[in-house]
Amino acid sequence: MSERQIQLEVLRYDPETDSEPRFQSYAVPCKNEWVVLDALNYVKENLDTTLSYRWSCHMAVCGSCGMMINGEPKLSCKAFIREYSDKIRVEPLANFPIERDLVTVVEDFIAKLTRVKPYLIPKEDKPISAGEFKQTPAELMKYKQYTLCINCMLCYAACPEYALVPDFIGPAAIALAHRYNQDSRDGGRDQRQEVIATDEGVWECSFVGACSEVCPKHVDPAGALQQVKVASTIDWYKEHLMPWVKK
Amino acid sequence: MEVINTDVAIVGAGGAGLRAAIALAEADPKLRIALISKVYPMRSHTCAAEGGAAGVIKPDDSMDLHFSDTVGGGDWLCDQDVVEYFIHEAPKELLQLEHWGCPWSREPDGSIAVRPFGGMKIKRTWFAADKSGFHILHTLFQTSLKYPSIQRFDEYYTTDLLVDDGRCQGLTAIEIRSGQMKHFQAKAVIIAAGGASRMFPFTTNGAIKTGDGMALAYRAGAPLKDMEFVQYHPTGLPNTGILLTEGCRGEGGILINKNGRRYLQDYGMGPETPVGQPVLKTMELGPRDRLSQAFWHEQKKGNTVSTQWGECVLLDMRHLGEKKINERLPFVRDLASSYLGVDPVKEPVPIRPVVHYMMGGIHTDINAATPLPGLFAAGECACVSINGANRLGSNSLTELLVFGRKAALSAIAYIQSGLSAGSSAALATQAKASESRISALCEKKGGTESIAGLRKQMMDTMEENVGIYRLGDELAAACKKISELRRRYAGIEIHDKSRVYNTDLLQALELGSMLDCAEAVTVGALARTESRGAHQRLDFTERDDQGFLKHSLTYYHPKEPPRLDYLDVVITKSQPGVRDYSGGKK
Repeated sequence: MSERQIQLEVLRYDPETDSEPRFQSYAVPCKNEWVVLDALNYVKENLDTTLSYRWSCHMAVCGSCGMMINGEPKLSCKAFIREYSDKIRVEPLANFPIERDLVTVVEDFIAKLTRVKPYLIPKEDKPISAGEFKQTPAELMKYKQYTLCINCMLCYAACPEYALVPDFIGPAAIALAHRYNQDSRDGGRDQRQEVIATDEGVWECSFVGACSEVCPKHVDPAGALQQVKVASTIDWYKEHLMPWVKK
Repeated sequence: MEVINTDVAIVGAGGAGLRAAIALAEADPKLRIALISKVYPMRSHTCAAEGGAAGVIKPDDSMDLHFSDTVGGGDWLCDQDVVEYFIHEAPKELLQLEHWGCPWSREPDGSIAVRPFGGMKIKRTWFAADKSGFHILHTLFQTSLKYPSIQRFDEYYTTDLLVDDGRCQGLTAIEIRSGQMKHFQAKAVIIAAGGASRMFPFTTNGAIKTGDGMALAYRAGAPLKDMEFVQYHPTGLPNTGILLTEGCRGEGGILINKNGRRYLQDYGMGPETPVGQPVLKTMELGPRDRLSQAFWHEQKKGNTVSTQWGECVLLDMRHLGEKKINERLPFVRDLASSYLGVDPVKEPVPIRPVVHYMMGGIHTDINAATPLPGLFAAGECACVSINGANRLGSNSLTELLVFGRKAALSAIAYIQSGLSAGSSAALATQAKASESRISALCEKKGGTESIAGLRKQMMDTMEENVGIYRLGDELAAACKKISELRRRYAGIEIHDKSRVYNTDLLQALELGSMLDCAEAVTVGALARTESRGAHQRLDFTERDDQGFLKHSLTYYHPKEPPRLDYLDVVITKSQPGVRDYSGGKK
């Protein structure tokens, strides 16, 4: 197993003692197969127990360990050391306030998730005893990719609109609303439109597409946003030009 | 100290905690619910479960078959009345999730699809590709957002349960962001805080699985049950311990040794079945304990493949083809390719057994109630005894739902039974003591032990002495060592002096939880002088139904090893018999 010494430059910030963030550099002997998270864990265990960061699953599914690595939003558990030079800079996710070191304040994202009503609002009521709602594999495919979001918030860190307009509901939350809108069992689109077909919703997006590029799960929030825009435009035309047609 | 008044406090917001919270909110919108977790709900380790959830739904299946698979799979250490309740509730809970939007995989006609799983006689595992736990967790979390009465306390670490008048009446928790201690006054508490497999170095479990919930109940006087039963999952990636789901074998993947032989046929799980046509309950679809034990023997025989990460066998899925792998096992392909550099479409994947699940946990009865009034528990942290000595894959996701809900209903019944108000003064004193204990730990200087150092010694001890096969001498050494580490734990020091998001402190508290749980595991394992399910003794190789058709109960002591007691297993209709995984052939 080959080893390589890297310099890990980590943003440090403790609101109790630091007036502003600073960088601290650690020399870390890395195994070739390591990810950046392994290097951080090496620091925590061997060099500096005061470093704070979030992590858990180490398999890119819990969504805890999103960070800026050399300026790009990444899951640190899936950012392989072998893909970087000997100096790696690690910072907290951009566009979020820093709570401590690599830990960000994420309440804004959680609040936005909640606002878009990300749960099934059934088209028809049906008791459990009546069995499952039938859904064909083709119907499942229509929304499946949007269920894969792990809420890691890399897309918010990459989004230029969110950086400028903090009220923007943002990629992951809108993609999640779209996920339920596209679900054959759901009848809640009108309720979600009130939230997402607004200036703070899809119309804020300028379709840069950075969100889809950084998504570690290949969800395509930019695609979802565009689909919501098209559908909302059709709604508008129907409402204003053909008021006799039901949406 | 801020006091937060609530009706039910739930510790843990994974599958079981969220299901409990929703059940409470649905039963009575006026109930005040505090859902407390050291992580945001979607970070909970339920998200890492891959294969699926068992529940009888298809016409060729039956409750009796699910019952006998589960009880035999558990080597008759299951409480059969509880298994009966579990299997009957299972389909309802899985359908409920479907009604909440869970993206279950489907048959062409739109009905629920099921896949084969180890130790199950019939295909009955509902799945959402190979991210079933992830989808269950996110469906529950998203559904929970409908209910304003569920008040979440994300990133709060629970330090102590508060017990007065013989009843659990709340808890103290650190708000991680501020470092402030909060006092939750609750009429009932539900613990749903997950397992403790991080006491082992090589595990599928995420960093958060440190047995905090088990330790909370244990220290408050509720016993831990059957802690010696630790499940090794047979197929983990050798360098990271990342899980490759049993679904790999359910879909037709095979296990071969270095000679290309499907060695499971040599361990009572043959005869060999045709490649790509898995036969239920035999060969690769045997139970996890048997498969992990077969690996151990293959290693002893020198039949394993040497890799830079140790000895392995090979999981070969190439014959499934790219299309099926992409459709049914996309996550597995991604994990093996990314983390090991092996694409299952093109090469067999080296794997080895990895610590995965604690069958043991907080002793609960069929109502998810612990012996401590007011305290309930559900999920991996609990031992309601449906899993016995060896859990069958896909029973635990269902368990979260069935007993998460049951804990909620039992908590409501308990509250409605008319309780006298506890003494707030006594509870406040306890909360204050809890706060002082943490402050003293933070302020202490001149420590002699490092947290990482003690943790490593604990993990090494567990790996070396409490593995797939165990020996009395080694277990005795492990008991002594863990006991010593518990003493030395008093010598740690928290170097991080900030109150804000202090993970040095959290890791110290987590280590304390793990050490307490590890001692229960070692003491239980040493005393169980038989081989049953996942607990295999090289010095006591047979199952001993005369002596050990019993649950072990460990009772906490702050300084001494735990007191050990036993409780009879509940047998209703299935007498202990032979576990037959030979595919019905002799």
